[in-house]
Amino acid sequence: MQFSTLAPVRFGFGLSPRQAPPASPDEILAALRGPDLMAQRWPGLTTQEALQMRDEFLRLRKAEALNEPGATEAFKRQRQAMDASNLGGLQRALARAVEDPTGMRERLHAFWRNHFTVRAKRVPEMPLAIAHVEALRPEITGSFPALLRASTLHPMMLIYLDQVASFGPDSKRARKRPDLKLGLNENLARELMELHTLGVGGSYTQDDVRQLAELLTGLRVMDDQGTIFAPDFAEPGAETVLGRAYGGDPAKLADIEQVLTALALHPDTSRHIATKLAVHFVGPEPHKALTGAMAEAYLGAKGELMPVYEVLLTHPEAQLPTFPKVRQPFDYIATGYRAMGFDGAAVMAFNGVQIRRHAFRSLREMGQGWLSAPAPNGWPEEAEEWVSPQQLASRINWALKTPAGLQAKLPEPAEFARTALGPRLSELVAQAVPRSESRAEATALVLASAEMNRR
Amino acid sequence: MISRRFFLQGAAIAGCSAAAHPFMSSVTLAAVPGEQRLVVIILRGAMDGLDIVQPYGDPLLAQLRPDFPVGPDKGATDLDGFFALHPAMVELMPLWKTGELGFAHAVSTPYRDKRSHFDGQDMLEAGTGMDVPLSMVRDGWLNRLLQQMPGARAETAYSVGDDELKVLSGTAPTLSWAPDASLILSSQGRTLLDMIYHDDPLFRQAASAAVQITDGGKTADDGMADPDSPEAMADPAMAQMPAGGMAAPGTPAPPKGAAGAAASLAEFAASRLRGETRIAAFSLNGWDTHRGQEAAIRGPATQLAAMVTTLKQQLGPVWDKTLVLGMTEFGRTARQNGTKGTDHGTGGAMLMAGGALKGRKVYGKWPGLADADLYAGRDLMPTADIRAYAGWALRGMYGVPVDVLEKSIFPGLDIGADPRFLA
Repeated sequence: MQFSTLAPVRFGFGLSPRQAPPASPDEILAALRGPDLMAQRWPGLTTQEALQMRDEFLRLRKAEALNEPGATEAFKRQRQAMDASNLGGLQRALARAVEDPTGMRERLHAFWRNHFTVRAKRVPEMPLAIAHVEALRPEITGSFPALLRASTLHPMMLIYLDQVASFGPDSKRARKRPDLKLGLNENLARELMELHTLGVGGSYTQDDVRQLAELLTGLRVMDDQGTIFAPDFAEPGAETVLGRAYGGDPAKLADIEQVLTALALHPDTSRHIATKLAVHFVGPEPHKALTGAMAEAYLGAKGELMPVYEVLLTHPEAQLPTFPKVRQPFDYIATGYRAMGFDGAAVMAFNGVQIRRHAFRSLREMGQGWLSAPAPNGWPEEAEEWVSPQQLASRINWALKTPAGLQAKLPEPAEFARTALGPRLSELVAQAVPRSESRAEATALVLASAEMNRR
Repeated sequence: MISRRFFLQGAAIAGCSAAAHPFMSSVTLAAVPGEQRLVVIILRGAMDGLDIVQPYGDPLLAQLRPDFPVGPDKGATDLDGFFALHPAMVELMPLWKTGELGFAHAVSTPYRDKRSHFDGQDMLEAGTGMDVPLSMVRDGWLNRLLQQMPGARAETAYSVGDDELKVLSGTAPTLSWAPDASLILSSQGRTLLDMIYHDDPLFRQAASAAVQITDGGKTADDGMADPDSPEAMADPAMAQMPAGGMAAPGTPAPPKGAAGAAASLAEFAASRLRGETRIAAFSLNGWDTHRGQEAAIRGPATQLAAMVTTLKQQLGPVWDKTLVLGMTEFGRTARQNGTKGTDHGTGGAMLMAGGALKGRKVYGKWPGLADADLYAGRDLMPTADIRAYAGWALRGMYGVPVDVLEKSIFPGLDIGADPRFLA
């Protein structure tokens, strides 16, 4: 199979009538090595902005509770602004996916935001969840140790996995206020090893979880500054994680950064990350030659990710012309928008009703609510998880309603089938399209086809 | 097929909590021969058995958990002089008194040490032991039961919502459906759909089930709200936030509404169990109480109690032939953690209810709470395999032979002596 046929399916968001697909792995690698054009064009929410929004929300809620004049209206507006930022995060992610010439950077961004799943459990945290996703972005073409640091030390991760409530049981703070009985919470420590680095099969024990939890104490989220390290909250003494001692007195943020780097560069992590990437991009049972080469590239480059991506893009076992996976709903919607000929600016110009109806709500119906994976292990990879009868019905209904709802200017259905599916247009779809009883259903058949959904 | 009433109920559930309760809005049902009913509730997130069924007679419990309300002095209800029931479940006490409620304590799956929710839940639903790699675990133990039962009509199984429970997934055919996703294609469109999916079994089967259920379930006056109506346009995620603006999309609703949703789910399951359905499986999440457990556990505990009482009320006379099992992936630490919660543990408790139960008893061998008695010095020591209880239930209710249980349904299980918990 030609790379230009394979690439938009395996590494991108399908074909667009406006852009030629990448002709070689080098084209994709060059784009990944170059500047992040999509983020330059549509910059995301910063952590500082998110913290300010949270602050403002909490301040106005208090004012409303105290019946201060005008507070009810102001609070309502702030709530709407929080909602708009959440929806805006989705709209921006879709615009970038649709516009990115190779698609690979946006596919990687989706992969990593799922690897480091967070979810806002309360309204004031919503902008922070968006900011967490944005904070990962500069690191996804850099090194995994840096990416792990950006994720772990972000206020949203510390809040989501309860680190903000974990204190050294013998910390200064805990001893000063014995009445509060401050102590450890293992949540972040466990998921760091199980999900983010070593993998559940990795060589860690309960003792390692415990020791890491002790080492992580001291991380705090301040209203204005975000994440800080507060030595008074940290457990005194050294901790031993995977056989190596960290820290000592006084406790420092550098100790935590050290253990994160060590976890990131552990051979178990290289295998975990290599396999997860290969399973996500290629298929449920990637060849050992592929994952082995990716893991080797990872360790050889000390966790630099570009060499790993290079193996993924060029290895013969990643070029197989079969498509065992199903596009996840975000991927499916972005692919549909591209096929309909929208560019990023057009997606950014969708109004609130359109983005709710043809993206936000659709994602939920297809089983992938925006930034609301139910648990820290994120969304499933298996094709079967995304094609239950109701999920497929949601995709078909989306295919039927969305072109009209977004006022897409589409060519005749037969032509649409050729531009949307390119060389993958099957005989069956080509025959079915002209037999439809309406243009809308003919177009929907193309958008709902297995070739559109598979990757 | 699907009643109008259910669609309306289902739409109400979906409207208020589909996003908030990705697991709770689903139920899977199957028909098998006989009159016995089995309801399996998977309690996701690791229910703290030591808080739900408090061994307050052991003075160590209060020492391990100084900030938790423990025992009848702090609001729990005494069960047998040693155990007490969590205050949020007090409405189940009448069932305890009539022998329709019981528990098994210090139980677990064979899953040990890594304490991962996700692997733990897979193992619970798969019903296999540690000797079977999780990657090999594809179908669930209830599904294997169906395959063993001649005359099982698994095609009468439905699920609503987004989650497919592994306990009933596998090769025995099941259908699943969400009430807000009926196909809107014309009949010609459906024919063509069938044609274009011809070469892809996954899409072909899902589309065929979608068409079948749409045709069977949707009628012109079924009362479904038009998804494009102005009312439906309001973003449900925001519209559902309480006035205080605290809950974000994806957050469990406050207990009252959530208990109502839990009751609706149980009511729907009961309506099916009154008909041809004999086995129902659904799940209730929210048990992962790492922080502020006293408040955090109240929601799921109230919902679980609401599910059980609703099942009893709605099942009427067939409640006598019903066994309800509430199973969780593992227990939680014996000690409270530094955030007045508990972390992932090992041994836990199972809830049992129904007229088919010989209740008013906490089954199992109590291991004790002294340091040396705890698993790895931190968790309640499991003294029985939770699968053995499920196995004896299947033996007693459906006559499944022990060797089939030990070899096919729960491979590797040593079922041990019958705890004799069926009436």
